[in-house]
Amino acid sequence: MRYLPLTDTDRAEMLAKCGASSIDDLFVDVPEVARLDGPIRDLPMHASEMAVERHMKALAGKNLAAENTPFFIGAGAYRHHIPASVDTVISRGEFLTAYTPYQPEIAQGTLQMLFEFQTQVARLYGCAVANASLYDGSTACWEAVAMATRVTRRKRAVLSGSLHPHYAQVVKTMAQYTGEEIADAQPAITTEPNLDTLTARIDEDTACVVVQYPDILGRISDLSKVADAARAKGALLVVVNTEPVALGAITSPGEMGADIVVGEGQALGVGLQFGGPYLGLFAVRDPKHVRQMPGRLCGETVDAEGKRGFVLTLSTREQHIRREKATSNICTNSGLCALAFTTHMTLLGEKGLRQLAAENHRLACLAADRLEKVPGVSLLNNSFFNEFTLMLDGKPAREIVRDLADRGVLGGVSLGRLYPGVEALEHALLVAVTETTTEDDIDRLAIELHDALAAQVPA
Amino acid sequence: MNAPNKSGWKPTMEVADASGETVTTTGNRALMLEERLIFEIGKAETTGVDLPEIDKRAPSRLGGFERSEPIGLVGLTEPETVRHYTRLSRQNYGIDLGFFPLGSCTMKHNPRLNEKLARLPGFADIHPLAPQSSVQGALEVIDQLATWLKTLTGMPGVAMSPKAGAHGELCGILAIRAAHTAAGNPREVVLVPESAHGTNPATAAFAGYKVENIPATPEGRVDVEALKARLGKGGEGDSDVAAVMITNPNTCGLFEKDFRTIADAVHAVGGYVYCDGANFNAIVGRVRPGDLGVDAMHINLHKTFSTPHGGGGPGSGPVVFSEALMPFAPLPYVEKDEAGEFHIVEEENADAEHQTFGRMTAFHGQMGMFTRALTYMLSHGADGLKQVSEDAVLNANYILRSLEDILHAPFADSGPCMHEALFGDKDFGGGLSTLDLAKGLIDEGYHPMTVYFPLVVHGAMLVEPTETESKASIDQFITAFRHVVQRALDGDETLKQAPYFAPRRRLDETAAARKPKLAWEEPAE
Repeated sequence: MRYLPLTDTDRAEMLAKCGASSIDDLFVDVPEVARLDGPIRDLPMHASEMAVERHMKALAGKNLAAENTPFFIGAGAYRHHIPASVDTVISRGEFLTAYTPYQPEIAQGTLQMLFEFQTQVARLYGCAVANASLYDGSTACWEAVAMATRVTRRKRAVLSGSLHPHYAQVVKTMAQYTGEEIADAQPAITTEPNLDTLTARIDEDTACVVVQYPDILGRISDLSKVADAARAKGALLVVVNTEPVALGAITSPGEMGADIVVGEGQALGVGLQFGGPYLGLFAVRDPKHVRQMPGRLCGETVDAEGKRGFVLTLSTREQHIRREKATSNICTNSGLCALAFTTHMTLLGEKGLRQLAAENHRLACLAADRLEKVPGVSLLNNSFFNEFTLMLDGKPAREIVRDLADRGVLGGVSLGRLYPGVEALEHALLVAVTETTTEDDIDRLAIELHDALAAQVPA
Repeated sequence: MNAPNKSGWKPTMEVADASGETVTTTGNRALMLEERLIFEIGKAETTGVDLPEIDKRAPSRLGGFERSEPIGLVGLTEPETVRHYTRLSRQNYGIDLGFFPLGSCTMKHNPRLNEKLARLPGFADIHPLAPQSSVQGALEVIDQLATWLKTLTGMPGVAMSPKAGAHGELCGILAIRAAHTAAGNPREVVLVPESAHGTNPATAAFAGYKVENIPATPEGRVDVEALKARLGKGGEGDSDVAAVMITNPNTCGLFEKDFRTIADAVHAVGGYVYCDGANFNAIVGRVRPGDLGVDAMHINLHKTFSTPHGGGGPGSGPVVFSEALMPFAPLPYVEKDEAGEFHIVEEENADAEHQTFGRMTAFHGQMGMFTRALTYMLSHGADGLKQVSEDAVLNANYILRSLEDILHAPFADSGPCMHEALFGDKDFGGGLSTLDLAKGLIDEGYHPMTVYFPLVVHGAMLVEPTETESKASIDQFITAFRHVVQRALDGDETLKQAPYFAPRRRLDETAAARKPKLAWEEPAE
């Protein structure tokens, strides 16, 4: 077997050293009921690289890769061009096959990278401190709610109706067990999010209000209003961002008064990967909240010779030290995804990220104008970055999306899929446009959308 | 500093110390290269990506929230970027570089076929919300991996979405809580052995349970009689114990031979058995946890099924379930219909009897890890996986028996160890500790074993060789390890300053925590 270096001679010598006559002697503690007489049945035997490759390629071939089709899907995961050198960096064995930097003297590569990553995330979010990453945006969102309850010692979280519904569901799942009261809502189909309705829900028992920016419908709203309203009641503002590229064009949540900023970092360097692994970003604006943060933190220090070096720090918050009193049960971060993100960010830099954001917005504006001209289609948003909501004049968006797929266009996400059974949202289609979208792709979507709508039997 | 110690080992570099200064002006030492932070070498106007210049007259529909202040980022061109990260990478120890016996973390070789196939556009470039007709192959990967996991564990159900081991633990405990709640009483206590991973008590506490320790026997296993006595406390059928969480093989490296008896006792009082599957790699292909009475167990794909550790993640933690817990599994999951088509089951199309505890993450789990793990399973097959656990266990026992004469091995008489061997720091001289020994190993070119875990052994050292090391590599390690152990027993105080040859000497962790500096700041003028 190509991954197993021991030879039969080695095995015999080693068994002898252990005083064992066969390998079974080393498994004597397995109770009788659980002993098997050979390899587990109903599974294939070992296979060559070539055979495995054939099997997996056949499976991959059954999927329609985004690169092969006009592609407009977003809703929390975005397709961006990943520079070739990102994969070169994350494929280096010293990064790929290292583990959590428990021995900092021989893990400075990972630690310095994390320190740079934390700095980039903090600046992007307009915050003081970011952690070394969490699993993904949705779990980071829950961790933010949990942290807000620790900071404020209150138990109520107000979720904006325009928060990604899967994020809201994750928060509600967790809160069932930890006792938070979660007040959530559904998005109202309006050109602007109604912030007054949201701020009216904040009361003296509220630990935090959670707002997405840009929101699930693509709208961009004035966070500072929400921040003021939260502050007036002693609550924290948690801002969720699912598209970090947007922050190259719009004011950061921290600058607008957010206390905790969390998000999904997948859009930079990580890729779509059918939903994972992704990259949870987590930052706080006020450094005094650092000790309430979940997850790993990398900090600067010096070694015995006075040279600058980096270590994991403040680990007294974490499960391996605090056990049942930890701030979170999280153990791993998303190290390799953080490396992909930080490499992409380094390649972009200030200038590149702003250009990338501008190009996304330019193409999105173009697409919005073009698609709005399709009969029976109207644009909901007053404001958007690279994703917007189209209203399909009473036509069921879910069926339209399936029809578009049959026509070879991955045309977006229907709100009906995100909010099944909610009639008011059935006719809305979310369309995302990035720098990977061509003007031809946009034309093609306009044409196919026209035909798909026309093919719908009138209700 | 320069005097050879008893063994003849010289603790420091003579050339550097002769002058009392570093010998180079750069701080570099040939292939050992210093590297500054990107913020110290990059510029705001530099970029490594060619994008159109911004057209300031282009229409803006950003709602008036255009960014007015700089972000504070810097960029590097591609050659600078590649060099920066290449230089950083060389300050890291990885499995590709050498033996990495980090106990309980299972640092086995990461096959490159896994990497190659995970990058196929058909897997890497598909969206989680794409129409299901366009991603049938991805759903089939999830279904095939689920089948492997169920068959290898002998368990009827599996939840694929948990993002890592600790997330999987949470999934299992939440399902247990949901099952108890559905039966009318969530109960109050989860029993966890003292030797457990920190995530176990953290998870149970998160789910609202009180955590109580299960005592251990002197031989390093769960004390069954004490456990039974605790279970019976509430009277027959009226236990306050919701579940036990037991790692098997346990973190002392031993198989819990009474596991079935424990499981039966827990079931008898209506409790559930959570098995921490972190050490499944010791028994994969040889023992099915389902035969031992397990109700829920997470599987760290990065440990047993060779997905890369990546400097601390991403992980992936599918959870297998018994019949009793299956109805409470999280959403979404993948199902195959009679026509052979795959569907994602969410709240709207779940069966009426599905009493899910909810959604744990935005999408369907760690697809990039699924493709790697499935590739690995197909490569090994049922026969290869059996050989995997056998070689892992053989290597660990070989190490145990090659060191027990010189190093305190508290459970050496408790029978064979499984995939890892546990030692303690008894008899070290001169106030030396496990930490000193670990740092000494670094100088010898090894990544140290896991230290100070489990908590039940003083100065614990947990050595896990894995199955992907050759006998020659293990013999070399044993020689080096014995040498450093001897220095520790002799009280060789030069060990206190080790490592001498790593990119950094010991780092001041106290200072780092006292005044945390967690982001780079421009130096004051």
